[in-house]
Amino acid sequence: MIKMKNAIRKWTVTTLAIMFTVAVAGCGGSQSAAPGNSAGGAAKIGVVSFLSGGGAAYGEAIRQGLELARDEINAKGKTKLELIFEDSKGEKNEAINATNKLIHKDNVLAIIGPTLSGEMFAAGPIASQAGVSIMGTSTTAEGITDIGDYVFRNSLPESLALPNVVKKAKDKFSLKKVAVMYSNNNDFTVSGFKTFEQAIKDNGLETVTVETFADKDTDFSAQLTKIAALKPDAIIISALYQEAALILKKAREIGITIPIIGNNGFNSPQLIKLAGSASEGAVVASPWFPGKDDAKVKNFVAAFKAKYNKEPDQFSAQAYDAMYIMADAIEKAGTTTDRKKLRDSLATVKDFQGVTGKFAFDAKRNPAMDVTILVVKDGKFTELK
Amino acid sequence: MFLQQVVNGLTLGSTYAVIALGYTLIFGVLNIVNMAHGEIFMIGAFVGLMLVTKFNVSIFVALAGAMVVGAALGYLLERVALRPLRRREVSHLAPLISTIGVSIFLESLALKIFGPQAQSFPPLYSGQLFEIGTLKISLIQIIILAISFGLMLALRFWLDKTKLGKSIRATAENIETAGLLGIDTRKVIVLTVMLASGLGAVAGVLVGLAFNAVEPTMGISMGFKGLAVLILGGLGNVTGAMIGGLILGIAEVFSVAYGSSSYREAVAFGLIIFLLFLRPQGLFGSQTSQGGR
Repeated sequence: MIKMKNAIRKWTVTTLAIMFTVAVAGCGGSQSAAPGNSAGGAAKIGVVSFLSGGGAAYGEAIRQGLELARDEINAKGKTKLELIFEDSKGEKNEAINATNKLIHKDNVLAIIGPTLSGEMFAAGPIASQAGVSIMGTSTTAEGITDIGDYVFRNSLPESLALPNVVKKAKDKFSLKKVAVMYSNNNDFTVSGFKTFEQAIKDNGLETVTVETFADKDTDFSAQLTKIAALKPDAIIISALYQEAALILKKAREIGITIPIIGNNGFNSPQLIKLAGSASEGAVVASPWFPGKDDAKVKNFVAAFKAKYNKEPDQFSAQAYDAMYIMADAIEKAGTTTDRKKLRDSLATVKDFQGVTGKFAFDAKRNPAMDVTILVVKDGKFTELK
Repeated sequence: MFLQQVVNGLTLGSTYAVIALGYTLIFGVLNIVNMAHGEIFMIGAFVGLMLVTKFNVSIFVALAGAMVVGAALGYLLERVALRPLRRREVSHLAPLISTIGVSIFLESLALKIFGPQAQSFPPLYSGQLFEIGTLKISLIQIIILAISFGLMLALRFWLDKTKLGKSIRATAENIETAGLLGIDTRKVIVLTVMLASGLGAVAGVLVGLAFNAVEPTMGISMGFKGLAVLILGGLGNVTGAMIGGLILGIAEVFSVAYGSSSYREAVAFGLIIFLLFLRPQGLFGSQTSQGGR
């Protein structure tokens, strides 16, 4: 009897050990592959992206946009590109490590990324000091390009997007007083809140209350109950899509039906997927509108759908454009190794026609581009007219 | 608005109470803290979610399913991580470590199977509001309150009145004496761990319903809150866990409603420290330490 029990115990322990090993090995497998021998004359571009963890959907969307553009550019043959991906896990430390590795070990020509503004504030100075151009495709906080002369972005900064959306919503819904909610432990959402605050003031709106929460919070009932009692005309939110979806769901659940205006975090199909019907009526400013009547946009959407079986979001679209902007600059610079030449070439990019519209870098290496205001209707982003 | 926030607090607190009951039962009988409880809670949430989304069953069937799976996990936990150590009469820290091992294993497993993204229940039960005067209660809140209070009352009654319940209480009082009196303490221990884990899994579904964010790491913070309630209520005291959970929930909601949300956990845990200053043995703990095992 005791012998049999021992056998059972040993068996369970062994099984457990095996399952553990499999699980751990599986996790290891998802790391990006080490770069092989560089193809002759290909320009090596490092990518720092949020590929695992809470905001992995952003990083994944960016990776897909970049890879699609890379394949198209390589197929054309004028410029050869090689992408080296590093996972930042959404953490500043990891972003710094990844940037250092790409600059000193992989010897990349330039870097695309990181995903979050907070990561850029950590990694940007390193790249800038080393004289390597670093271009954010999703870093929308204030002051990103003040980091240094080598820091670029092609993402629509919130300082441009948010005043537009507040103005449009005010005219459209004749708003007078609004409630504001934002996540206060994230550089990006705090910056969004400050921009919103200014826009609210500029538009002569009254703020009835400002409520805060933290990333990864799941219970918003107390804040929303308080807001409901104050009866504002709209709620303005600065959050990432995960918290945004939970807030939308809770708000609709407790009977709040007023318009909800969001920052760039709202700008993802994930928001609609997570919040479902609760996302109806959410308003957001976007540089990207997949329904646009434009040959370039239609081709991109079709190619993206064929490759990944889903519609590209803003992050994929901006990453896609970033890759083309980069390729353009490399071609004009006529080098795949000279980092300084590439930087000067990037800085002069203008009249670039991408899927997010006409694009140019301004004197501070921020984008000058058009804004579209979108509203969720019947489970889809549509233009708010 | 005040009453509305009380309802919010009770909803949150009742889920904390159900989680804390699991810790309390196991601590009462075995005098150990089961660190895997938070992860069993998380698995329960996923099982409930899968039953609702993949098999289209009603939420009550999903709750029952989660409870069964939770209980089965509890059985495995007892056989794999607790019993082998108990038989060898090792230190009290050993089961703490072995349950941490199980918790890490369960979390990696969930990450592997379900991915890192937060998933949510379909909006089956949202949108329906009942208005009582100025008070608005959603159907989800009613379901959560009814189930958690129902479970707490049923458990209370079952422990007080039935023979099995009495044998659990006797074992919790003193395991050797209970054994001498003819109670099969080994069975009681298995039963307690299964019951506790089943309750944890149900709490997982309730929290998933309430906040719509089911993800592999959700067990960690909830687990800590359950532990805090265990200590606040008085180690191993069932009534204490219930009242303690409600206090923590209401404290959190009120610190957001009348203060700032950044401090919700600071205020809640600060309150616990303050209460423990006044009553170091917990709200319902007895003065002298009992059993001394």
